[in-house]
Amino acid sequence: MKGEASDLVKITGIPASGETADEATRRRFLELMGASISLATGAGCTRPPTDFLMPYSSDPPENVIPGRPKYYATAAVMNGIAEGVIVESHLGRPTKVEGNGQHPASLGATSVHSQACVLDLYDPTRAKEILYKNQISSWESFIVEFQRVFEAIREARGRGLSILTETVVSPTLAAQLSRLSMELPEARWHQYDPAGPHSARAGAMTAFGRYVNTYFRLDRADVILSLDSDFLAIGQASTRYAHDFAFGRRVRGTNTRMNRLYAVESSLTATGGKADHRLALKYSEIGRFAAELAAAIGTPGIAAAGNQFATWTGPLSRDLMAHRGASAILAGETQSPALHALAHAMNATLRNVGTTVIYTDPLEARPEDQIASLHQLVDDLESGSVRMLLILGGNPVYNSPADVEFAAALDKAPLSIHLGLHADETSRAAHWHVPESHFLETWGDARAYEGTITIMQPLIEPLYNSHSAIEFIDLFFQIPGWNGQRIVRNYWMANSKAPNFEHWWRESVGRGLIANSALPEIAPALRPIDTSSLVQEANAQGLELVFRPDPFLYDGRFASNAWLQELPKNMTKLTWDNAVHVSPRTAKRLNLKPQHVVEIRFRSRTVKGSVWISPGSADDTVTIHLGYGRRYAGVVGNGAGFDAYLIRPSDAMWHGSGAELHPTGETYPLATTQMELSMEGRTIIISKPIDTYRTDPDFVRRINPEPAENETLNPQWSFTGYSWGMAIDQTACVNCSACVIACQAENNIPVVGKLQELFHRDMKWLRVDVYFTGDDEHPKFSYQPVPCMQCENAPCELVCPVQATVHSSDGLNDMVYNRCVGTRYCSNNCPYKVRRFNFLLYSDWYTEQLKMQKNPDVTVRSRGVMEKCTYCVQRIREAEIRARNENRYIRDGEIQTACQQVCPTGAIIFGDINNPDTEVSRLKREKLNYSLLAELNTRPHTTYLAELRNPNTEMPA
Amino acid sequence: MPEPFRPVANTIFRLVLFGGAIAVAAILFIVFLVTRSPYETLQRVPREQPVAFSHEHHSGGLGIDCRYCHVTVEDSSFADIPPTAICMNCHSQMWAAAPDLEPVRESYRGGESIQWTRVYQLPEYVYFDHSIHIHKGIGCSTCHGRVDQMPLTWQEPPLTMGWCLNCHTNPEHYVRPESQVFNIGYQPPADQDSLGKQLVREYHIRKLTSCSICHR
Repeated sequence: MKGEASDLVKITGIPASGETADEATRRRFLELMGASISLATGAGCTRPPTDFLMPYSSDPPENVIPGRPKYYATAAVMNGIAEGVIVESHLGRPTKVEGNGQHPASLGATSVHSQACVLDLYDPTRAKEILYKNQISSWESFIVEFQRVFEAIREARGRGLSILTETVVSPTLAAQLSRLSMELPEARWHQYDPAGPHSARAGAMTAFGRYVNTYFRLDRADVILSLDSDFLAIGQASTRYAHDFAFGRRVRGTNTRMNRLYAVESSLTATGGKADHRLALKYSEIGRFAAELAAAIGTPGIAAAGNQFATWTGPLSRDLMAHRGASAILAGETQSPALHALAHAMNATLRNVGTTVIYTDPLEARPEDQIASLHQLVDDLESGSVRMLLILGGNPVYNSPADVEFAAALDKAPLSIHLGLHADETSRAAHWHVPESHFLETWGDARAYEGTITIMQPLIEPLYNSHSAIEFIDLFFQIPGWNGQRIVRNYWMANSKAPNFEHWWRESVGRGLIANSALPEIAPALRPIDTSSLVQEANAQGLELVFRPDPFLYDGRFASNAWLQELPKNMTKLTWDNAVHVSPRTAKRLNLKPQHVVEIRFRSRTVKGSVWISPGSADDTVTIHLGYGRRYAGVVGNGAGFDAYLIRPSDAMWHGSGAELHPTGETYPLATTQMELSMEGRTIIISKPIDTYRTDPDFVRRINPEPAENETLNPQWSFTGYSWGMAIDQTACVNCSACVIACQAENNIPVVGKLQELFHRDMKWLRVDVYFTGDDEHPKFSYQPVPCMQCENAPCELVCPVQATVHSSDGLNDMVYNRCVGTRYCSNNCPYKVRRFNFLLYSDWYTEQLKMQKNPDVTVRSRGVMEKCTYCVQRIREAEIRARNENRYIRDGEIQTACQQVCPTGAIIFGDINNPDTEVSRLKREKLNYSLLAELNTRPHTTYLAELRNPNTEMPA
Repeated sequence: MPEPFRPVANTIFRLVLFGGAIAVAAILFIVFLVTRSPYETLQRVPREQPVAFSHEHHSGGLGIDCRYCHVTVEDSSFADIPPTAICMNCHSQMWAAAPDLEPVRESYRGGESIQWTRVYQLPEYVYFDHSIHIHKGIGCSTCHGRVDQMPLTWQEPPLTMGWCLNCHTNPEHYVRPESQVFNIGYQPPADQDSLGKQLVREYHIRKLTSCSICHR
C-alpha cells in the first residue's frame, strides 16, 4: 500500500492531459492564457477540418440502417452464471448493455457488472498479443511449443496435463472437457473461483449429502430473513431478487401490502441497510443466533441452545411461523457451511421448500470443493507430475488463498499457459500468456441462476489476436480454425433435440435464451443437522476478520474497469480504494481514526490498509474487501487499495477470529463522494413505517408542505405538449448503483481518477445518496438516487450569463455544452448539487478503443464545460422523431431513461406528466409523493415517493 | 516647469481613443463577416472527390431518384452514402472500363471504402435528423439546393445556426406537400404563405427552438 500523496497521480490513472493543481505555476498560467487568447481569436478564422464519409463497399449487413442502433441478445457471465442482456450496437460497435426482458435473471434490468462490462471490451490495457516469458511472441511459435509438449502427453493418455478453470457452467465447454477426459483419461481438471459459492456448495453437501442449486422465489415471500446475505446487491441472481423483493413492497394508493425483511449481518451491506429490522452481530454470533432461531421455530433435531438473542428470535420466529410457506431464509456466502445447512433445515421446517425456496440439480458441470481442487493442483505441481498446466481464465496467482503458494508451484511446471483478458499477475508468472476474447467477441453458452440457457453471440470480431476458452480447447482435438460458432452450434445440433434445428437455433440465439431450459425442481432429502460448530464458534475471542467480495470489483476481476473503480461503494461512497471497516465503538476502543493506516495481523500474515468507520458494522469486527491491491491490472487497477488475499487463508476464506489491528502512524487518504451521512433533522428522505401511512396517509404533506405555485417572482411555465417528469420510489431502491453506471455508459461520462475525487470533482450525473438516522449503534439507512430535478423555477437558469442552460418547451433544463463558458454560477446556485464541471479534460479524446464505446448520440464534453442529467434527452428526441414520423403520440413507457431501464426494482419511473394517464402521473398523484427541498419552491419535475418500512411491532426498536 | 502637453495633445488623444474603439469594432465586424463568409462556411464551394461524381448527370440528366442511393433518408437521421455496390449495380454494365471509375471498381474488388469528402458537415454537438424533416414536408432541395445542377456537389446554405432557426421559427415559408419532398425542381407556389400555414397545421409542425432539439 502506498502512503504518499504524490503516488496518487501514478496509481489512480489521471487522464494524460490532466495537470494537477500543484503544477499550476505562474509560467503555466501565462502559457494557458496566451494559448486561450490566440485560440479565441484564431479559432473563429479557421475552417473546420475536412471530414470524410466511408460507406460500405459491398452491400451492408442485413437490416443495417446507419444512424440507427441494432440490438443483439447475449449474456454476461460471472462465476459461470449468466444474466441475459441485450447489447446496443452502432454500426458494429457495441456501446451499451441493457437487460433482456425475457430472461429470468434480468427481466429487463441488469446488474452493475453487466452494465460495466462493455468498458472491459474496449479497455486499452487488455492483452493484445501472445506473450512468452512476458515478451511478445507469435501464435505460430506457441502452437509449435504446445504441440511438442502435448505430443508426449497424448502418448501418456493425458498424464501430466492439468487444466485449471473458473467454475464451468457452460454446457459446450463442459462437453469439451468431458470429451477431453475421455480421450485423455489421465488429464486432470481443476476449478477455482476465489469468491464463488463455496459455503453454499458445502452447505448443500452437509444438508442433503449431495450438491444442489438453491434459488429463491422472493415474489412469493412475505417474510425474508437474511443471515449475512447481501442477496440484493451481489450474485448473478441479485437483479432478479431485487426485482422480486421490491415488487413485494409496492405500496400504491390503498394497496398497502408489504413484505418484511430482517437482516442479521456482521458488516454493513446494501441488503442490511434496506432491512426493516437489522441486527449487527459478530460473524461468530450469527451462527448461535441461527441455532437459537432454529430451535424457536421448532426445527427437528435442534435442541434449544440458549436464549441470548431472545428479544429478536422470539418475535422473528413467530413472524416466520405465521408465514409458513411464504417466508424465506437466505444464508450468506460468507457464512459457514453449517449455517447454510441449518438454513435449509429451517426453510424445510417453515414449509418454504417448493414455494419460496427451490432446489434444482447443480448448475455447474462438475460441482466440487474448489479449495480442495486447488490444493490438489498445487500438490501435483509441487511433486513435479504436471508437465503442462493450462489456466483458462481466472487469476490464481493473485487470488489464491494466502497459504497456497500458487506462484511458487507454477514455476515447477515445465510448461504453463494462461488464457486471460489481461496480462495479469498469473500471466506474468506463467510461460505463455494467451489473450482471451471478451464475451462480446465470442460465441458461448451459459446457464442462469435457475438453469435457463443462453447461447451467447458475439457483437464484434475480436479487437485483438485473441481466442475464447472453447476455441482454445479445440487445440487438444487438433481442430483448426478457431471457430467458436461452429463449436457451439455443433454442440447444440447434437443436443437440442429440436425437430427443425435451424429454426430452433435462430429463435434461441435471437431471443437470448433457450425456451423451457430451466432446470426442473427437485426435492432432496434433508439429513440431520448438527449445530454444535455454530454454537461453539460464538465463544471466539478478540477481533474477528471478515472478508467480503467488493460490491463492484467483486474478486478483483473488474479492477481494470475505471467505471467500477470510481463507482462510489454503495454503503460508504468510497471510490478507488478498499478500506479497513470497523464500527464506531470499536474504532473508539482501539483509538482508530478514519484514513489512519493500520496493519492487520491475521494468523502471522499482515497487510496494511486505511481505516474507515462504518456505522452499522458489528463491534469487534474488521471487514475488508477482496479485489484490490492488484499489481498488474493496467493503469486503472494497479496499486488501488490493498490486497486482502495476502492474509486470506484457505481454512478461513470468509472469516476468522484473532485478528489484530496495529496503527502505523501513517495516514492514507480515502476519496468519498458523500461527506455528510446525516440529514440533520431535515426531510430529505421521508421514511416512515407502513402503519403510519395506513392510519394517516397524508403525513407526507404535513411533514413536507409544498409551497403554492405562485409564490415566486419567476415567470410561470406552461407546457402545451409533453412535459417530462420522473418519480423515484425510495421504498423500492436497494442501492445497487446499476443506474449510476448505466447513466455513465449512456451519456459518455468520464472518470476523473482518485486525486480529482479527493478534490470532490466527481462527474457522475446520477448519484445514490445514503443517509442514516438513529444513533451509531442502531443506525437505520435510507437510499436516495439524485439526478437533475429539472426544476421549473430553476435556480441554475437565472444565473447563467450566457444562456447555456435554459428551459425547453417540454419541461427540461437544457444544458447547452457548446454555449457554456464555465462560470460555474449554475452549479453554485443549484440546491441539489447535481451539476458537474469539467475542471480538466476528463474525457479521453485520443484512445482509439475508448472512442468506440462512446454513445454517438451524446456530445463528448470538453474541458471548462458544465454538464448534468437531461433525462437522457437523446432518447426523448429519438422517440419523439419516431413517433412523429408515424404520426402518433409517444406511448407511455416508450421512452425509458438509462437509469430507469437498468433499475431492477422499478424505482425510477419516467414519462409525460402532462398526460394524467401515464404511470409517472399516477405516481405523482400518490400521497407519498414529495419534492426534495420543497421549501425552495423550485418545482422539480423529479419527485420522490416517501420510503415506507414494514417493521414488526413486537420487535425491539 | 513648462506644461508637458500642448493643447493639440487633447485632440490627438481623442482621436486615438475614438479611433481605437472604431478599430476594435471594425476588427470584430470583419471577424463576424469572415466567419459567415463562404471562406469559413464553405457555402457554394464545390468539393473535390476521389471520384468526380456528378449529381448533375445522375440526378438531373438520368433522373435517378434521391432515394435510389440515399436509401435510409426516410428512416434514419443519416441519409446514407451509397455503398460501392450500388454504384456497381449500373457500372458493372455501363462505363465498365472507364478509367475515371477505377477507384469505384477498386473499392468493389478490394472491399475498401471510397473515401468521400463530406460536404454537409455539422459540428459534433449538432444532431440533425433527416427522417423527421422528410416526413414533415421539407424537401431535399430546401437544404441541398439544385443538386441536379451540381457537377461537383457543394453546400448550398451557410449551415449557420441562424439559417436553421430561420426555418424552425417560420416553417410555413418552406414546407411543401409531402408528395413534392423528393421533387428536386419544386418551386413554391405563389400562395406559399397560405399553403404553408395549412400544411403546418396538417402535418402538426411545431416551432421547435428549444436547445435540446439539436444540441445534447
